[in-house]
Amino acid sequence: MEADQTTNILVCGIGGQGIMTAAEVLSEAAIATGHDVKKTEVAGMAQRGGVVTSHVRFGEKVFSPVVAAGTADFILGFEAAEGMRWIPHLRPGAAALVNTLRLEPPVVSIGLFDYPEDPVMAIREAGVTCYPFDAGEAARELGNLKLVNSIMLGAVADQLPFGAEVLKKCLLDRFKVRKPKLVDINDQAFEKGRALIRAAAKVC
Amino acid sequence: MLTHPLVSAEAGTKMLLSGNEAVARAVWEAGCRVAAAYPGTPSTEILENVCLFKDMYSEWSVNEKVSLEVAIGASMAGSRAFCAMKHVGLNVASDALMTQTLAGVGGGLVIAVADDVGFSSSQNEQDSRFWGRFAHLPILEPADSQEAFEMTRLAFGLSEDLDAPVILRMTTRICHVKAMVTVGERHEKAVAGFKKDPDRWVMTPAAAQKRVPWMLQRDRRLKDMANRSGLNRLEQGADKRLGFITSGPAYMHVKEAFPNHPILKMGFSHPLPEREIRALAEQVEKIVVAEEVEPLVEGELKAMGLDVVIHGKDILPEFGELSPANMRGPVAKLLGETYKPPVTIPPVKVFPRPPTMCTACPHLGVFYTLSRVRNIYISGDIGCYTLGAGHPWEALDTCISMGASMGIALGLDKGRGAVDEKKGIVGVIGDSTFLHMGMQGLLDIVYNKGNVTIMLLDNRAVGMTGGQENPGSGRDIHGEEAPRVDFAKLVEALGVRPERIRRVDPYVLPDLFKTVRHEVKQNEPSVILTDQPCVLIDDYDALKPLYVEEDKCTGCANCLDVGCPAILVTKRGKEVKNNGKEVDLAWVKIETSACTGCNLCPDTCAHDAILPFTPVVAEMP
Repeated sequence: MEADQTTNILVCGIGGQGIMTAAEVLSEAAIATGHDVKKTEVAGMAQRGGVVTSHVRFGEKVFSPVVAAGTADFILGFEAAEGMRWIPHLRPGAAALVNTLRLEPPVVSIGLFDYPEDPVMAIREAGVTCYPFDAGEAARELGNLKLVNSIMLGAVADQLPFGAEVLKKCLLDRFKVRKPKLVDINDQAFEKGRALIRAAAKVC
Repeated sequence: MLTHPLVSAEAGTKMLLSGNEAVARAVWEAGCRVAAAYPGTPSTEILENVCLFKDMYSEWSVNEKVSLEVAIGASMAGSRAFCAMKHVGLNVASDALMTQTLAGVGGGLVIAVADDVGFSSSQNEQDSRFWGRFAHLPILEPADSQEAFEMTRLAFGLSEDLDAPVILRMTTRICHVKAMVTVGERHEKAVAGFKKDPDRWVMTPAAAQKRVPWMLQRDRRLKDMANRSGLNRLEQGADKRLGFITSGPAYMHVKEAFPNHPILKMGFSHPLPEREIRALAEQVEKIVVAEEVEPLVEGELKAMGLDVVIHGKDILPEFGELSPANMRGPVAKLLGETYKPPVTIPPVKVFPRPPTMCTACPHLGVFYTLSRVRNIYISGDIGCYTLGAGHPWEALDTCISMGASMGIALGLDKGRGAVDEKKGIVGVIGDSTFLHMGMQGLLDIVYNKGNVTIMLLDNRAVGMTGGQENPGSGRDIHGEEAPRVDFAKLVEALGVRPERIRRVDPYVLPDLFKTVRHEVKQNEPSVILTDQPCVLIDDYDALKPLYVEEDKCTGCANCLDVGCPAILVTKRGKEVKNNGKEVDLAWVKIETSACTGCNLCPDTCAHDAILPFTPVVAEMP
C-alpha cells in the first residue's frame, strides 16, 4: 500500500479535553482491524489549556507519524475555534466534524483577541464541508461533561474504513476493566454522537 | 489491584506503545535493577512506566546529575542500571558523564536522552548526539517504538561489551509517538557485586590520566562495532541520482517521501559507520543527510573526502522537525524537478491559545500580586510558573535554565547600575526546581550578601510535567509516603535569617501583597514561602464553586487580571471617566463546572459581586 493510501485523522482541541485518549481509541480500533498504526501529539506545555492536536495514521504500513497540511481525511474538532484553526490540514474535499462548544481562553477574556463569531460559518466560507454538533450539550443531557469524548468518537465512527462497532468495542473495553459502571452511559454517549452527526449531515 | 498491561503483557504480545513506554518495558526485560530520572518533557513517561515494574528499584531523583550518579553507583555494584532525562538534563548530568566514560561500567549502564526537537516545551533545542563524540560513547537512535524497545534491550549488552555507558538518543517523535511493539520477557542478570578497583573507580588525576589510552583503544573497538552493527542498514533503491543518510524519526519521513532512493538508515550513529557510508557513496551521485537538529553527520561526511556532493542543512530546514512535507520541495529542486505541494486550504485567522495556568492554580495569586508590585525586577525559572511571563500577568523578566533564577537574581543585584538602585529584585522558583538546582544559588545569595527576595512556590509537585513527586511532596515515585523536606528549615540552614523567612497563603491576596512589598524593601536575603498544593494532584481539595451576582458586577474587570481560565466575559463596554479618560469594561461570569472555589477572585472584586459558597468564619475578637 502506498503512503497516500493511509487514513489520516487529525484530532484537535484543548489540553484536558481527552484528545489523546480519543486518538488512542481510534488507534486501537485500527490495530484490531489489522492495520499498521502511528499516533502522535505534542504534549508537555499543551496540557496547560493550550492547543492540542493528535495525529492518527493507519494503513498497511505507516512510516511518518505526522499528518501533513493538506492530507487529513477528516478532522475531529473537540472545540469550535480549534476545529477552525486546523482546516488547512484537510485534503481537498475532506470534512471537518466539529463540536460547537466554545471555550474562551484568558487571552480572549482579557480582551487581547476576539473569539470568532461563527466558527462553523468561517469553516464553510473557507470551502470546507463542516458537520457541526453540540457534544457539550449532549453530554450535559446525559449527565456528565466527561462524556464529550465518547460522543466525539461516536461522531467519527461511521466515517472510518472499519465498522463503528469495532471502535465502540475498543472504547467500552477501556471501561469494562476499570470502571464497569460507566460502560452503559458511554455506550449511550457513543450512539448519541452517531445520531448527532447523522442529523448534522442531513442538514448540510 | 489491577496490573498495568505494560507489566502483565506476555512475551509475543503486540501492544500500542509510545517510545517512552517501549523503553520502559525493555529496561525491565533487560534485567535492569536500578532506574532513576528527573521528569522532563519529552522523557517523563519513561520512568513513570519503569516504576510500574515492582521487581526493580526506581526513583525520581532531585536532578539529572544525581539520577546518573545513582545509576553509576548501581552499575559499579554490578547491576544493570538506567537513567533517563531530557536534552537539557544531560547538561546538568554531564559532569558525572564525562568522568564515568573514563572509568567504564560494571553492570550495563544506559542513558536515555530525549531531545525536544521542535521546542514542544523547552528553553532550547539541542542535539544530544554531540555527547557521543565528546564523551567517547556509542549513540543509538531508534526511529519508532519497536526500535526503541529493541535498542534499549541491546544497549545494556553493548554497554557491557564495550565497557562504556551507552546513550539512547530519542526525540519528541519517538517519545510521544505510539506504534505497535511486540514485547518479550525479562531476563534476570546475576549481580556481579562491587569489585574494589581504585585505578578505575577513584578518578584522581593520576588514575584518570592512565585511563585515557584505554579509552582511545576503546574508541577503535567502538568504531569497529559501528561498522559491523546490524543497526546500520543500507536500503536499496532504484533511483540512484540521490541517496539519503538518516537516523531517528527522520528516517520515517525520508522513507515515506522518497521510497525509491537508496537510504542508509543509521541506528548506531556514533561513531559513523564508514563502510556503509562509502558503499552508499559509490552508487549514488549525491547524498542528502536528513538529520534533526545540527548538521553533525553532514560535517563529518564532508570531512571524509567522498567523491559525491553532500547536501543537508543547505537545503533542508535548519531547525525544528523534519517531515515528508518540508523535505519534498528541496529534494525535488535538487533533482531538477518541480514539486507540486498538496493543495491546502488557506488558514483562517484564529486567536492564539497559549498554555496558561490552571483554574485555581496557587500560582495565580502570586503572579497577580507580582504584576501589581511596582519597581521590581523578577527573575523567573523553569516550571509552570514560567507562564507568569504571559498574559495577563507579564510578571517575569528573565528565564534561562533550571534553578538559574537564584544566581540571576544575585547577578541583577550585584550588577545593577545607579538607574536601578531603588528596584526590588525578586527571584521566583518552585519547590522541585529549588531542590533540583536552586539551593546552591540561594546559598550563594546568602554568602555573598545579595539583596534579593526569593519566592519559593511550594505546590508539592513537579507541576509542569504532570505532578510528579519530589522530596517536597511527601511521596515517592510509587505514591508511597516519604519524608517531606521542611523548606523553612532548609532555607534557614542555607543562611537566611528566620525573621526573613515568611510563610504566606497564596490564596490570600492582601497578605501576599503586603508581604512582598515589605520583603523587597529589606536589605538582606529573604524568602517568601507559599504552600498550597497543585490543583492537579490528590492533595488539592476543591471547594464549592463561586458565582458572579449579575446585578452587582460593574464591569471593572479586575478579576480578569488574576488570569483564571474559569472567569469568562459575558459583555464588553466602555466608560468615560470624569477626567475624560476612556476605560474598557467587561462583565463576567464564572464557569461553575470548572471553578473550584479557591476564593482568589473575590479579593479582586471591589463590589463583592463574586460570592463564595464556603461558610463565612466569624472574625476573631
